[in-house]
Amino acid sequence: MDISEFYDTFFEEAEELLGDMEAHLLDLNVDDPDVEQLNAIFRAAHSIKGGAGTFGFEALLRTTHLLENLLDHARRGRIALRRDIVDTFLEAKDMLNDQLDAYRQGTEPDPEALERICETLRKMALEELGEETGDDAPVTAVPVATAEPEPPALPGGGVRVALLGVDEKDRQLLIEELGQLGEIVFQSGDADRFEVTLNTSVSATDIEAVMCFIAEPEQLDIQAVAASEPAAAPTEPVVPAPAAPDAAPEKAAPAAKPKAAASGESSSIRVPVTKVDQIINLVGELIITQSMLNQVAEGGQGKHSTDSSGQDNGSAALVTGLNLLQRNARDLQEAVMSIRMVPMDYVFSRFPRLVRDLAAKLGKEVELVTEGKSTELDKSLTERIIDPLTHLVRNSLDHGIETPAIRQAAGKSGTGTLTLSAQHQGGNILIEVSDDGAGLDRAKILAKARANGLSVSDSMSDDDVWQLVFAPGFSTAEQVSDVSGRGVGMDVVKRNIQTMGGHVEILSRPGEGTVTRIVLPLTLAILDGMSIKVGAEVFIVPVSAVIESLQPRREDLYPMAGGDVLLKVREDYLPVVAVHHALDVDDAVTEPPRCIAVIVQGEGRRYALMVDELVGQQQVVVKNLETNYRKVPGISAATILGDGSVALILDIVDMHRLSQSKKERQREQHNVATRRRPEALIPPALIKEVEH
Amino acid sequence: MNTLNAVKHAAVDADRQEFLVFSLGQEEYAIDILKVQEIRGYENVTRIANAPDFIKGVANLRGVIVPIVDLRLKFRLERADYDGQTVVIVVNIAERVVGIVVDQVSDVMTLTAEEIKPAPEFGVSLPLDYIHGLGNLEDRMLVLVDIEKLLTSEEMALVEEVGE
Repeated sequence: MDISEFYDTFFEEAEELLGDMEAHLLDLNVDDPDVEQLNAIFRAAHSIKGGAGTFGFEALLRTTHLLENLLDHARRGRIALRRDIVDTFLEAKDMLNDQLDAYRQGTEPDPEALERICETLRKMALEELGEETGDDAPVTAVPVATAEPEPPALPGGGVRVALLGVDEKDRQLLIEELGQLGEIVFQSGDADRFEVTLNTSVSATDIEAVMCFIAEPEQLDIQAVAASEPAAAPTEPVVPAPAAPDAAPEKAAPAAKPKAAASGESSSIRVPVTKVDQIINLVGELIITQSMLNQVAEGGQGKHSTDSSGQDNGSAALVTGLNLLQRNARDLQEAVMSIRMVPMDYVFSRFPRLVRDLAAKLGKEVELVTEGKSTELDKSLTERIIDPLTHLVRNSLDHGIETPAIRQAAGKSGTGTLTLSAQHQGGNILIEVSDDGAGLDRAKILAKARANGLSVSDSMSDDDVWQLVFAPGFSTAEQVSDVSGRGVGMDVVKRNIQTMGGHVEILSRPGEGTVTRIVLPLTLAILDGMSIKVGAEVFIVPVSAVIESLQPRREDLYPMAGGDVLLKVREDYLPVVAVHHALDVDDAVTEPPRCIAVIVQGEGRRYALMVDELVGQQQVVVKNLETNYRKVPGISAATILGDGSVALILDIVDMHRLSQSKKERQREQHNVATRRRPEALIPPALIKEVEH
Repeated sequence: MNTLNAVKHAAVDADRQEFLVFSLGQEEYAIDILKVQEIRGYENVTRIANAPDFIKGVANLRGVIVPIVDLRLKFRLERADYDGQTVVIVVNIAERVVGIVVDQVSDVMTLTAEEIKPAPEFGVSLPLDYIHGLGNLEDRMLVLVDIEKLLTSEEMALVEEVGE
């Protein structure tokens, strides 16, 4: 059996364990750590190490090994936790994530990053445990043995000295001696074998001669390291004295960047056994119903079928059976759809870390509250909501919540609260990001909007003013920081949410805070559709895009030059898009006054869609056209109607474009007035006939 | 090119290969049976606007939306009637499912490598690029079509062009 078959399982498990680890680390009270939590963190590291060992992921194994040792000391109380220690643990966790991503893509993790994190962890072991033993000379710190000695790969020209079974006091002297002969690049080991790498020009024999004053020759193993190799390795020299702790984390930062590109949409779903059991139960029911219907059908054909009362019983049983079947089918559909649903916790769980890091960076104190973690949402949506939500959270932290000093001056508690909540509302999910910060600044937004050339007036309602922040290029941040202020954010947030079929709104009160509310459909797989008829063809219009439907009066229609028609609806003049024209439907009602106008809205543009008749409203299952075919202009997807035929779902935004470009093409043809047959639809490659 | 195809073809299956034989007008064509998923009647096809005429539309194949291509229109045959006899061959190519409309499906034939001859330079309605060779069976001649290459070709407009 090929072990690589289990890689995916391992990756998934490891990812989950890392998630747990991060959650616990963030939750950890540094001053009074909960032993159970420390145990949980340790266990996570241990499990990953085990898996990494089994599958031969060397880098992962080394990092988790070092981390595990430190965690073990921490849970036994041998390391007093501090915030910067937890930060290092988190950094190591990020590194593990990167390594995991690298292995998942079948590549080796960045060796430099690996060296760096190992070094950081080793150094930490050295420092923390060195202090713990109360030894003033960290050089002799015995517990370093827990770190697997990993001599630097290329320390330039020099000598590697191994001390075998030298006791502590002597070793210290030896190291001092060595220090006088050259620069100590690396040292690690325990009483049995302690390795020192020396950057020196002194020969091995000379070193041995010096050492012999203290140690026996058999206690020494001296090897010259090839000096010809250039000192290419970026390995940092380990300074035994407490080094600046910042150096390593800062260097680690750039390595973390390319990670974002690596993590794509995961292709598998974890389903709770209860859900599977439920489906199995329902399928069982379905089969029982089927056999019941079979019985009814056979009974109906039996010899008593002529008996009038028997006939009645039969049809009554048939109706009952069909009702049962209908209910079973619906339950089964719900249960199957629920497999795709994952709790919002999946999304929310990545915010504590973000908030913690960002608040520290901005010098703010923020408490994150999450509500409705168990609210379920379609998996594809949860993955796509993360980016917009991240943006909103960053915005709240940067612009919304004030610094503690300002908050206290305003009579609020120094710690701001950021709330993420999710709840179901009918067929939608409502996600809110709310803060108790300063709120939006009406005057500032209006001034900025004017500066950007948007048409605004002071009498606009608050809601309309808040909508301005979604305009492209809008930002009221006085200076661009790496957190926010580039003015691309909210515009993108809004568009992302709209492509998911949702919408976003802002509520804000000066001094009290801001609430950003996102409303999303629960799933992309089912859509509320209005079926319309044009000629003999049925199309589906998403109900979410429909504003109203009306029968246009002749006097409200204004034909324009060039074939365009405007429809006056109350105060507005809307462009008219005739479906039969855009989609070449034959036998349709072409005279606008006899059509029905469906007023639709897409990407902020409203127009009237002319159709023959409205058929009804129903939920339709969305089927992708591109699976086996290609993108069709004006059509977003397809669905299957009750009679088994396919109906196309109109793309409201694209329909308008399609209609415009068609009209333009027609105008051109009129202008050119060459009477060429419209053979453009057939690619010229096909017209080359084979000559006989 | 043709001989190359024939050689390649022979290399893939040295012995024998099974073909599904169908007719378009007077000509008999054959495609690799391993590409065929099923055969069904022509019904309930929803037209797609602004598509080439030989793309009849899409149909529902047990919940999967499948495009339907009429090879008779594609090959510019004189007649393309739709009646009870009209047949759709559902093929599986390049991880896609496509239905092709033909006049009739006749039978399944096994051809050995020797029975497959390179196609001559002329004489059939489709470009030689899409022909494996000619199947020679006593008094019948079968045009062996490389259905995958034909349906994924740019001129069929079934597959989105790269870079679009």
